[in-house]
Amino acid sequence: MTRARLALTVTVAALLTVACGGDDGDSAAAADPGEASQVPSGRVTVLAAASLTESFEHLADELQTTHPDLEIVYSFGSSSGLVEQLLSGAPADVLATADTTTMDEAVAGGVVDGEPRIFARNTLALAVPAGNPGNVTGLADLANEDLRVAICEPQVPCGGAAQRLLDAAGVTAAPDTLTTDVKEAASLVALGEADAALIYLTDAAAEGDAVETVDVPDAEDVVSDYPVAVLADAPNPEGARAVVDAITGEPGRVILGEAGFLEP
Amino acid sequence: MSLHADLALRRGDLELRAALAVAPGEVVALLGPNGAGKSTALQLLAGILPLDAGRVELDGVTLDDPAAGVHVRPRDRRVGMVVQDYLLFPRMSVLENVAFGLRSRGMPRDRARAEAREWLGRMGLAGYERRRPGELSGGQAQRVALARALIVAPRLLLLDEPLAALDAGTRPAVRAELRRHLAGYDGCTLVVTHDPLEAMVLGDRVVVLERGSVVQQGPPAEVARRPRTDYVARLVGLNLLTGTASGRTAELPTGAVVTLAHDATGPVHIAFPPVAVTLSPRRPEGSARNAWPLVIADLEAHGDLVRVTADGAVPVLADVTPLAVADLGLEPGGEVWASVKATEISVYPA
Amino acid sequence: MNPTRRTEDLRVPAGLLIPAALGVAILVLPMAGLVVRAPWSDLPSILASDEVLTALRLSLVTATVATAAALACGVPIAWLLARTTLPGRSVLRGLVTVPLVLPPVVGGVALLMVFGRRGLVGGWLYDTFGISLPFTTEAVVLAQVFVAMPFLVVAVEGALRTADRRYDDVAATLGATSWTTFRRVTLPAVTPGVLAGAVLCWARALGEFGATVTFAGSFPGTTRTLPLEAYVAINSGDSDVAIVLSLLMIAVSVTILVGLRERWIGTA
Repeated sequence: MTRARLALTVTVAALLTVACGGDDGDSAAAADPGEASQVPSGRVTVLAAASLTESFEHLADELQTTHPDLEIVYSFGSSSGLVEQLLSGAPADVLATADTTTMDEAVAGGVVDGEPRIFARNTLALAVPAGNPGNVTGLADLANEDLRVAICEPQVPCGGAAQRLLDAAGVTAAPDTLTTDVKEAASLVALGEADAALIYLTDAAAEGDAVETVDVPDAEDVVSDYPVAVLADAPNPEGARAVVDAITGEPGRVILGEAGFLEP
Repeated sequence: MSLHADLALRRGDLELRAALAVAPGEVVALLGPNGAGKSTALQLLAGILPLDAGRVELDGVTLDDPAAGVHVRPRDRRVGMVVQDYLLFPRMSVLENVAFGLRSRGMPRDRARAEAREWLGRMGLAGYERRRPGELSGGQAQRVALARALIVAPRLLLLDEPLAALDAGTRPAVRAELRRHLAGYDGCTLVVTHDPLEAMVLGDRVVVLERGSVVQQGPPAEVARRPRTDYVARLVGLNLLTGTASGRTAELPTGAVVTLAHDATGPVHIAFPPVAVTLSPRRPEGSARNAWPLVIADLEAHGDLVRVTADGAVPVLADVTPLAVADLGLEPGGEVWASVKATEISVYPA
Repeated sequence: MNPTRRTEDLRVPAGLLIPAALGVAILVLPMAGLVVRAPWSDLPSILASDEVLTALRLSLVTATVATAAALACGVPIAWLLARTTLPGRSVLRGLVTVPLVLPPVVGGVALLMVFGRRGLVGGWLYDTFGISLPFTTEAVVLAQVFVAMPFLVVAVEGALRTADRRYDDVAATLGATSWTTFRRVTLPAVTPGVLAGAVLCWARALGEFGATVTFAGSFPGTTRTLPLEAYVAINSGDSDVAIVLSLLMIAVSVTILVGLRERWIGTA
């Protein structure tokens, strides 16, 4: 309840401003290609899947110590929605999605520079509110009409993963609402408005005590790969590469691991 | 079987303190200038406004007595109301308008409509049942409003400027018709108007209200002949002076002296019509003993005549022919002598 | 009559014309953009698809029910505000009109806090009757009433204030109770205002998104109205469907607003 993110449908934009009075000289340096290659600086806009919210904000805090001149601006949302924004010309430097399907669309649309890299993997969890008021014991309960069930929209990555998991278990779910991003489903469980939801293990963990998980056999068989890429029209390619390096490198590995993501 | 009202109300600038009495079958005309409190008095009688103090009693039933906490709601009063613009319900047919009161009192629709149809016939409006109020002439609308008010057999009928919305051409005919309908009504009727002619024609008795108080009342002829305030005098077209009489003369506050035809004593009103005033360039000779030098303040067309307003020791209105204006060379600021025969002057106690 | 004078009268100062043209462009260009980008060849099949028809039917039904509910409650509220001298009237007016300026998402959150299964009222409903509002069509209607009823209240209160109260007085002297007066005299007199308010309310309910998605969720046939369907479409990378749905909503709104305006409000 306490950490409920209630602006469910609004794209969460976390502004981590590092800018201060001493920036002027650095901006000038960024404008000079000769020196810019040494010290990445300036603003980097990152479009990231909603499930990455906590981890990436944490990562931005870390980067502040190693790259004080970088100002990272996030826009979190459903991966497919973010790709749609990019295809419509949204200016951004980095894209991180929650599955390869959506990243492939971005690649096919020509907005990605180079080859995307998988930086993390995630599995689904059957999340229930603290105390499990619906007495949910397994995936089969998701077919129960009397329970309030939230699942992601099939076209978004968490929904696609949920569908694969349900298909594997031979369960036809009876959801009451289809959310456009995973955080919305997580909030509904945390608020107690949904009795159960299929969300990423990491999102269940991020909700803290408000959410419990129910063991699902074979859940680890349905794995979502998280790719990240620098964008073709990145206004700040140097900064973008620095951020992608951090995500795929040691800082990202540690932080994502703490949040419950699996290594690629 | 009558209305006895003692009204007291303070609202903004208006302080109303008026006692009104109307006998059954009697039509009382409440005459007064704008803002005198006439319409407010009607709203008090209808129960739309509550009294500050006083008492309203109709047919022996107390409708209002603030001191005793009595206030009968408008709908329980048996008081009918017809206002200046009639306020016929615009989205109902004429028949539904007239039947409204009976329907509101629980009469079944068919019976109410049959009775309403009968009233429309009585008002000479047979065949107009399905019309909308917007399709009626002013006079027809007034009759519908009257039928709507009378159908519920009120004991008190209140008419607020019932002829004011009509154009001058149709007013006399509608006025005569209204008078006829009122004559056939056996309850108490109070007509509010600012038009003296209307008051005189419709009223069995005229009550003059000025600044919230009754300043004069009596039969129309009496009020017309013997006005007691400048307002009434102007309405009925008379010059009105106030002075102190002693024998055949009366002295005005300005010191001017008026010669009278009869003996009188004490405070008096002195009234004479403007047409009785003769204007001349010099002091007139002959029988007229009342002659005063005045200065012309204003000239104004008044029917076929010209009304001259002249100021001086005795302010006077005089009606003269346009020819006289030309002959005498009258113009504002010019000096003139005004004379009135004593026999043209009526004198009555103030 | 005088052609020379008319020409002079029609001359518009550039200081007014340029900002006005800019403003019109801001209003019209996005709609024109939709028309230009619309997948005209796929339009019939998208319009005839189950998702779109289901969302359209749900939208029409919920907006109409919401408008009926708003009429049933909003007209009495407007009457209280316009015709009585209740002590807390201005506070009441403020409260009732707050949703006009409130972001709808905030309204949805507020509804969830009150009518959610763990909400103040919703908790009691659930524990006592087993009724749970979120994720139901009723929740969609409730969200629409929340955001749209203020439009109706404001319109009807305005109409009641400008209506001639002396008609009510006349009705009272004729023996009508205040209820009869309201029903047969006051209400017919303010019918144009009530209709105008109902149309506004309906249009607002039809376009309602934020409170609905937050409080009622999004499920085809139950809670996914046209705006939600459009949002899902754009978030699923299905921009063609989103465009078609947007055009559909514009067409419905324009038809209703223009049609009813001409026919009912214009003549009054």
